[in-house]
Order: sequence, then structure tokens, then C-alpha cells
Amino acid sequence: MQATLEDPVAPLLEARGLTKIFGTLRACDQVDLKISRGEIHALLGENGAGKSTLVKMLFGALEPAEGVILWQGKPAAISSPREARRLGIGMVFQHFSLFDALTAAENIMLSLDDPAPASAVTTRARELSKAYGLPIDPDAHVGDLSVGERQRIEIIRCLLQNPELIILDEPTSVLTPQEADKLFETLEKLKLEGRSILYISHRLEEVKRICDRATVLRQGRVVAECDPRKETASSLARMMVGDEVQPVVRDKPAAQREVLLEVSNLSRKASHPFAVPLSGINLSVHAGEILGIAGVAGNGQGELFEAVSGEVIQDRPDTVRIRGKDAGKLDISGRRLMGAAFVPEERLGHAAAPAMTLSQNLLLSRYRTDARAFLSRFGIIRNGLVAQAAKRISAAMDVRKSAEDPEASALSGGNLQKFVIGRELDRQPLVMIVNQPTWGVDAGAAARIRQGLIDLARNGSAVLVISQDLDELFEICDAIAVMHGGSLSAPIPIAEATYEKVGLLMGGAEPGHAATPLAEAV
Amino acid sequence: MRLELVKRPQHSALFSALSPFIALALTLVAGAIVFMFLGKNPVEALYYFFIDPLRETWSLHELAVKAAPLILIGVGLSICYLSNNWNIGAEGQFIIGAIVGAILPVMYPDLQSWIVLPLMLLMGILGGAAYAAIPAFLKVRFNTNEILTSLMLVYVAQLFLDWIVRGPWRNPAGFNFPETRTFHDYAILPEIWPASGRAHWGFVFALLAALALWFLLSRTLKGFEVKVIGQSPRAGRFAGFSRNRMVIFAFLVSGGLAGLAGISEVSGAIGQLRPSISPGYGFTAIIVAFLGRLNPLGIIAAGLILALTYLGGEAAQISLGVTDKVARSFQGMLLFFVLACDMLIHYRIRVTRPALATKAERAAEEPAHA
Repeated sequence: MQATLEDPVAPLLEARGLTKIFGTLRACDQVDLKISRGEIHALLGENGAGKSTLVKMLFGALEPAEGVILWQGKPAAISSPREARRLGIGMVFQHFSLFDALTAAENIMLSLDDPAPASAVTTRARELSKAYGLPIDPDAHVGDLSVGERQRIEIIRCLLQNPELIILDEPTSVLTPQEADKLFETLEKLKLEGRSILYISHRLEEVKRICDRATVLRQGRVVAECDPRKETASSLARMMVGDEVQPVVRDKPAAQREVLLEVSNLSRKASHPFAVPLSGINLSVHAGEILGIAGVAGNGQGELFEAVSGEVIQDRPDTVRIRGKDAGKLDISGRRLMGAAFVPEERLGHAAAPAMTLSQNLLLSRYRTDARAFLSRFGIIRNGLVAQAAKRISAAMDVRKSAEDPEASALSGGNLQKFVIGRELDRQPLVMIVNQPTWGVDAGAAARIRQGLIDLARNGSAVLVISQDLDELFEICDAIAVMHGGSLSAPIPIAEATYEKVGLLMGGAEPGHAATPLAEAV
Repeated sequence: MRLELVKRPQHSALFSALSPFIALALTLVAGAIVFMFLGKNPVEALYYFFIDPLRETWSLHELAVKAAPLILIGVGLSICYLSNNWNIGAEGQFIIGAIVGAILPVMYPDLQSWIVLPLMLLMGILGGAAYAAIPAFLKVRFNTNEILTSLMLVYVAQLFLDWIVRGPWRNPAGFNFPETRTFHDYAILPEIWPASGRAHWGFVFALLAALALWFLLSRTLKGFEVKVIGQSPRAGRFAGFSRNRMVIFAFLVSGGLAGLAGISEVSGAIGQLRPSISPGYGFTAIIVAFLGRLNPLGIIAAGLILALTYLGGEAAQISLGVTDKVARSFQGMLLFFVLACDMLIHYRIRVTRPALATKAERAAEEPAHA
């Protein structure tokens, strides 16, 4: 490690004064970045700080308006991802680009710039997988693999090009703590070989643990360059946000009161070949309680959300009970009328219609519950009142937008998420079910959303939070249950929960504590 | 070299609004070229095609006669297309509407009362809606592709009409011509202003339907539902809107309006059933719907423009001696250019070179020059 840290004459990659302008927005403004050989370099910043714009310019997907990129000291015009790969830059994206119906090896072959015979690719992939501790089976169908395994395919695909710089975009957001540890070992190995890694993350603890340098972006500019090991998590957060992040305040759990949401013995067949069947799910959420559901993505969380929300209706009316009444046979509108509110995982296209304005998107989930306010006779929409309510929500949640009533797709992810959560909080629902409340959302917005959920519970509502982000669950929940392979563990009260316990359950270990008295809901 | 379509990050609002006009202009240019190849003076030809029909009152009435079915069907189709239901079978719904609407005057010619006409219109609407319900039901129940089923049903309807006017409904006093008896006076849709021309109340129905659907789409929850389901089906499901009920609704509305257009055409413009009662209104209305940007008010304008191509085709046939197929090619070009304009507003074309060497070669040459 010491040997590789010797500063060579020129850094591996240097960006000088990179600028990219979209309309009037300076997404990147005179950004300087220096990545030395053999270092793990963190790129920190809130959503919308310009991280992805910067990375896209480095990877040739966007053309900078100004500035130069030096590769090994020489100016390089990176005009396409192919060009970037040729120079020796590889990238692992946050959202995987794999075909479910093909095998791992076939997916890898598809990505090669120069075609190679299948057997050679398979052999080489096996070698790499052994050398870097990335166990995969090249012949397995991607649809059958876990998210962690899919990420390994992406990494191997990237390594096949023998890159000198590997860009990783939020790699641990989909991993269990144990899987993340393994990934870090792989990264260390790559670093020891003299490869450099540009590591994009908003998880400060991770950055402190594995990164040698960090460049912090805020509003398109570099605001700091530091050694993350010498910083604290809160000092890093301060650099990213520009001021102190409000820590989320949580009360002692309210005395257990009536059960507001109850799911008993929920099973569901897979609706398509890549769906996860649900088996025998039981849970209950009391008034004033936040129950968290942890789990690696793709273990049935989406299917559970669909079933509880009423997007998919159950066979028996008592499978889902809201406020003590049967709701299993009601559709989503019927369940909303009983006092429940829902926020699905995907913001664009599920929680909100992309090409519609915010006020239209407000109507989307509330036209039934607020029919008296928003509709007049014959179903005529009272646009003025809807717009007013949308404005109120935007103000309450600090939604930052470029126009009075912009289309949903014009908002950044974090701001749209604040809006779709605020849309439901504004109703003060008695039961709130949220899937991935802060996925890909910046620290400031995430804090606001979590505080909103806690306040809602404190006022006597039952909140069910499905999340892959363990830090988040530990921060806000009163109990955590774990989803794996379509079944749900018994909830662990937060006082007894540890990362290790939850992490093991996420990996599919047998729940050793299933016999606790908490497994009461049957 | 390879051409790729790349989505533009944001599309220009100005060009979106201009798109139908650009398409129209391009159609005129392309049309002029077509006439040149036909050996006609393009300026004169375009004059006969697009200006001459507008110079006299009676021909303005003819324009309204042709525009009425186009607008009626077009606004109905806009509901379908906005909600992502691809009803291509309006021509068949038009024909069935006309046949069902004609039951009273053809089979019960002795029933002569003012009640006949309203009943005929109602039956025309029901007939068209019922015929459109077939592809809707098949889509909901069996997940069939409505493009295929609705289109195939057009041919069924055309052949059925052909059979019924040659067979059971042939006019007993008609010298064996394949026609039904002519409708009696109570079964004729009256002219709006008989003194000046032939335009009948179908045109008024068309305007009313366009206004009603415009209101529905822009102001009501139902219109909101149509657009949400069309743009973002998953968000629609999250909102609690039923996709299946929307399929049925969209097909019933567009089928009903196509049926109304059919019976209006037969009782207003023709006065009897014949083997062919439509010069492809149901298909041309697809162009009308898109040229009008699926907005009912825009569809009124688009309907008038497409009606003009019919009149122009007839005029050009007489004055220039060109085939009436020219009108069809004008309509086709118009649809082509509308869709092409929309495509290029949302996407741009990128030319990619296959060789990755180009950049490297240039880099290698540069030092030599320096």
C-alpha cells in the first residue's frame, strides 16, 4: 500500500475547470478533480450537487462546456463511453443494466466492445471472480440472482476491460452490511494492484472507512478536498449541506396502543417470472409506532407493498385490517378512505405521473379522500383549490422547484420525494405505508422526510417503513422486521436490534429469536 | 455510419405548438413535387386542391359535410389514444352505426313520426358502441391486441354492409340495384341552412361533441383519469383508476361517436344505405386526431383541413384530370409529416461512425502538422 501511494509525476486523471450548463443551471461549475494512482477517491455531495453530471463527463456520456480532462497528464477528449473504456475507465452504475432472462456470461458478452467467444469470456470471468473474491456462477440466469450477485456481474464486466480507473456509483445502497464488507475487501485488492477507484456515496461512515481522499461538491462547485479519515461524519455532512444537518428527534416509543394496521397470513403467488412470491406474512403496527421492514432489494418488498396498499386485492377480507376493519377486499381508494396512505418506491411513473404537474399529481392520490375539497359536482376539478393545496405541501416540505407548478419530472429526485411524502402527510393519515422513503435522496431532504414520519407517529398514527437503508431504520423505527425470500421475520424491538442481527436475517439466516413473545400476530 | 435517435433532454414548447403547421407546409411542398412528376403545374394544382373549394358557399357546405364525420370520429379517437387504447376500427363502428341506425326507415318504413329520427341517432350510437365493445372486451378479458381486433372487424363490417344491401335490405322497387329504399322524410337529418347548401346537423353534433369532450378532458376527474392511465399506467393503478374500466369507457365513447357519425352521414348526406357509404372516414379520422394533437378543439381544425383534401381531390380530378388517389396520398403524407415532426421534436438524430480509430488517427496526424 505504501509503495503505491508514492505520488507519481502526473495523477492518473485530472479534471480542470470542468463546467456543464443545462439551460440556466450550472450543474458543474469550474470543477477540479485529481485522482492519483492507487487511491480510493470519494466523491461526496447531496443529490443535485453535480456528482452524476461530473461522472458522466468523465465517462464520456456528456460533453463538458468548458474545461479539460487530463489522462495520465495528457489532454484526452472523452467523447463516448467506448472511448472512456478504451482509455481505461470503467464504470459500475447504480441501476444495473442487465437482462434478467440471460445468463451472467451472456450479459458480460453483450457489453464487450470487441466480440469474444463465449467459452473465453466464461473462463476469464471465472478467473476474475476467483481473483477478486467476487463469487458468481457465469451460467446462472440473472433473474434468479440477488442484487449483490448482480452487482458482482457488473463489477466483473467492468474488470474484463482491465480498467485503471473504476467509477462506482452508490455501490452499497443495495447491499447487506455483510455484502458491503466483502465489496470493501475487493476494493482494497484492486487498490493494491495500483488501480484507482472513484467512489460515489452519501454514506459518510463508509467513506471514512475506505477512502483515501474525498472531493466534496455542493451546488456544482468543489467546496472541499479532504482526507475523510481525519474528518468526522458530521463535519463531512456539514461540508456537503453547507450548514448543520438537523438530527432527527425521536421520542421514547409510545405505550403500545390499539393496532391500526394488521396483516395476517398474507401469501401471494408470483405474478410474473421475476416476481417474488410472498408466504405467510404477519405483521401489526400500533398507534404511535413505526415498524421498519429491512431487506435486500428484490426480496418481496415491492410485492408486499402492492398487497398492503390494495393495488393488488387479497382473496380474504381479513388478510389486511385497517383500524380494526377488514380491508382485504378493498382497492387502494377504499383503503385510503379508511385512513391509510401509501408512498411507493418509484417516484416517477408510480408515485407520480412524470409529465403531469405537481398539483395534478396531488390529485392523483387524493381525489377520493379529499373529493369534497377538490371536486365540485359532476367531477369537475377545482383547479384553484388543488393548486393551493399543492403550494401548501411544497412549503411545508421545502420542495425546491423551478416554476410555480412544474411537471413532476422537472424536479430533482429528492424534491419530488419530499412532495410525494408531503402529499400524504398533509392528510394526517392514521396508517402510513412507505416503501424506500429516502432512496437516492440527499441528506437534508432525508432528514426532513424522516422527521415527518416520526412526527406523524408521535401524533398517534401507525407507520410502516420498508427500507434498504439500515441506518435509516435504526434511526426512526420502534421495531425492525426483516424480509427475505418473500417471508417476514418476527419484529425485533429496537432496543434489542443490532446491525449484525438484522444483517444476518437479511442474508437469509434462520431467525434464532423467532420464539420471542413478539411473534404474537397470527 | 449509423443513425441513432437520441432523446432530447427538453423539447421546445414553441416547436411543439408549431409542429402541425410545419407538417402542413412540408405536405404542400411534397405535394407540389408529386404534381410536378405527374406533369402538372404545381402552383395551379395546389390552387385547385386547396383554394378553389373554399371560394363558393355551396362548397363550404360540402366542406362541413365531409368534416362532420371526421371530427365526430376524431374526437372519440382522441379519448382512446390519450388513454393508450389503439382503436383503429372506427371505420367499422361507423358502418355498423349506420346499419343499426337505418333499421327503422328500412325495415319499418310505415312508421312515420318525428320520433323516428331521434331513435335512429340513438340506435346509431348504440350500434357503434356495441361494435367497439367487441375489441374492448377481448382486450380486457383475453389481453388481445386491440389494434388487430378492431382493424379486422372493419372488414367484417364492410362485408356485412355489402351483403345486407344486396340481400335482405335491397330496395324492392330499386331495379335490383344494391341499395336500400331511400329514407322517408322523417328519417332525414335536416340541413342547417337549406337555402344555401347541403350541410346537415351532423356538423353541429360534431362541434358539440368536440366541446363536450374538450371540457371532459380539461376540467373533469374523468379526463384526468384518461390522461393518467394513458401516460403512466402504474401511477394510474396507484391512483386507484381501473385500466380495464378505462378500456371499456374509451372504446364505448369512440365507438358511439363513430356510430353517430355513421347514421348522420347516411341520413343527412346520402339518404339510403349503399355498398359503400364512407370514403375511409374512419381511417382518415386517425390522421385528424393526431393532426389536432389529440385535443378536441384542435381536432375541429384538423377535421376541416382533412375534409379539404377530400374536396380538393374531387376538384383536382375534374379540373386537372388526376386520379382521386392523389387525395389519399396527401392524407398519407400529412400523417407522415405530423408524426415525423413530433418525433424530431422529442428526439434528435445522431450520426455515429463505426471506427473508433477516427479520433486516434487525428491525434496521430496533429504532431506532424505542428
